[in-house]
Amino acid sequence: MSPHTDILHTLNSPEPSSDIEISFAGVDKAWGDNHVLRGLDFEVKAGEKVSIIGPSGSGKTTILRILMTLETPDVGLVTVGGDTLWNVKPGEKARETKQTIATRRKVGMVFQQFNLFPHMTVLENVIEAPIHVLGLSKKDATERAVDLLELVGLKEHMKHTPPELSGGQQQRVAIARALAMRPRVMLFDEPTSALDPELIGEVLNVIRRLATTTDMTMLLVTHEMRFAQEISDRVVMFDKGVVVEAGPPDQIFKSPEHDRTRKFLEAVNPY
Amino acid sequence: MNVWDNEFAISIMPALLKGFWLTIQITFVSFAISLAVGLLVAIVRFLKIPVVSKLFDFYVSFVRGTPLLVQAYIAFFVLPLWGMGFDALPTGIVVLGINYSAYCAEVYRSGIEQVPTGQWEASRALSLPPARTWFRIVVPQAVRPIVPVMGNYLIMMFKDSAILSSITILELMGTSLQIGGNYYMYLEPMTIAGLLYLAISFPSSLLIRRLERRLVPAY
Ligand SMILES: Nc1ncnc2c1ncn2[C@@H]1O[C@H](COP(=O)(O)OP(=O)(O)O)[C@@H](O)[C@H]1O
Ligand SMILES: [Mg+2]
Repeated sequence: MSPHTDILHTLNSPEPSSDIEISFAGVDKAWGDNHVLRGLDFEVKAGEKVSIIGPSGSGKTTILRILMTLETPDVGLVTVGGDTLWNVKPGEKARETKQTIATRRKVGMVFQQFNLFPHMTVLENVIEAPIHVLGLSKKDATERAVDLLELVGLKEHMKHTPPELSGGQQQRVAIARALAMRPRVMLFDEPTSALDPELIGEVLNVIRRLATTTDMTMLLVTHEMRFAQEISDRVVMFDKGVVVEAGPPDQIFKSPEHDRTRKFLEAVNPY
Repeated sequence: MNVWDNEFAISIMPALLKGFWLTIQITFVSFAISLAVGLLVAIVRFLKIPVVSKLFDFYVSFVRGTPLLVQAYIAFFVLPLWGMGFDALPTGIVVLGINYSAYCAEVYRSGIEQVPTGQWEASRALSLPPARTWFRIVVPQAVRPIVPVMGNYLIMMFKDSAILSSITILELMGTSLQIGGNYYMYLEPMTIAGLLYLAISFPSSLLIRRLERRLVPAY
């Protein structure tokens, strides 16, 4: 087995979590007249790898951002691992409770623009939250970080700062940084969209690795259709705030039921 | 008429250098105050806490809207009437520090606004506590591009400290005025004082210009 087996193993859950890891029930989100999510009902099973596809502006990022508590729903119930993240009744405003903050810790996110801390070294980026949020000792956090950086192939760049790295390297550090918190749910928001084409593969390899060898629940927003088809258990086609259709990748990509899905797939992949 | 009296000039040097040293000390202590208070004010205003942030807005407007000289007079001559009298030196240092804190707060604000939202979001995604987000993530990145502006404020403060001579502090300007008044000879003390101010401020401003080129295109 590869030397990374151990660190990959630590990402797995000690005990099987509840059957449904992520649930959106009746979630609305609008900015002014722009109704981005309309009564969204959406569930992801524990350990499931789900790709979200759909036209730009359809609300894919908004779904991830609500899960990361970077946005609040206007109405609706969102749970992670059976715990309430958001519970907003009609006419109320979303409130961030202790429960929200505790539940958020189960979620990690990888951003399109990496968002590494540019004034800190790669290693400092990865150990920051384990030390100051999880309360790990510096030694333990560093050990964990080194293993993760090795997993993403950047151990030798530990002492560099993000601006010294390529986009692909930065994104791999961002993945390691998120994993260091041992999240149960990993969100990837178009993780390769900001990358030069020749750097996309190295990031997808890391994500593939996580998808095939860990039991984390993964939600991936992507335009890399071939990759989505390869690693997903399920693909969700999203448009105008609602799920158009969802199903196994082969079904969605080879024989979509809905016209909108067919048109979208033709547009992104005209062969 | 004797225009420049060399012997007199030499005889007053020790007193002037003593005042000069006090000017430098006042500047650094006041500057430390304005950096700390200014950061606090900038953060509280940024957080938009009901009432409190408005009070801090008012603080900035008030301090910026009144002359330093007036503030010094109020602190030293008026506050004692209300039972709040302190020695001239600490009063002067605090007044100067408070005065510049309002300007520093504005500079910090521009620095904080330059930090990309992605940095806040990454901190939040990692559940970093607010204090850690501010002092480990945001402030270090906010400070970098504003170092040159702060440097210029330090030089301005160094020169503005002369105003404290009006509340009896014998810093460089106060000492020169005293000597001038005692001997009815202003040429020598004022010329020397001016040169001493220049000896610090001119090289400093050159240094800051070099810093500016290195720091501003951040990352
Ligand atoms: N902070 C915001 N303020 C106003 N409108 C927003 C904001 N964030 C997203 N939107 C709008 O919500 C819609 C959905 O955005 P997003 O979730 O980013 O879509 P996607 O990721 O599918 O491209 C877009 O029309 C976008 O303009
Ligand atoms: Mg998006």
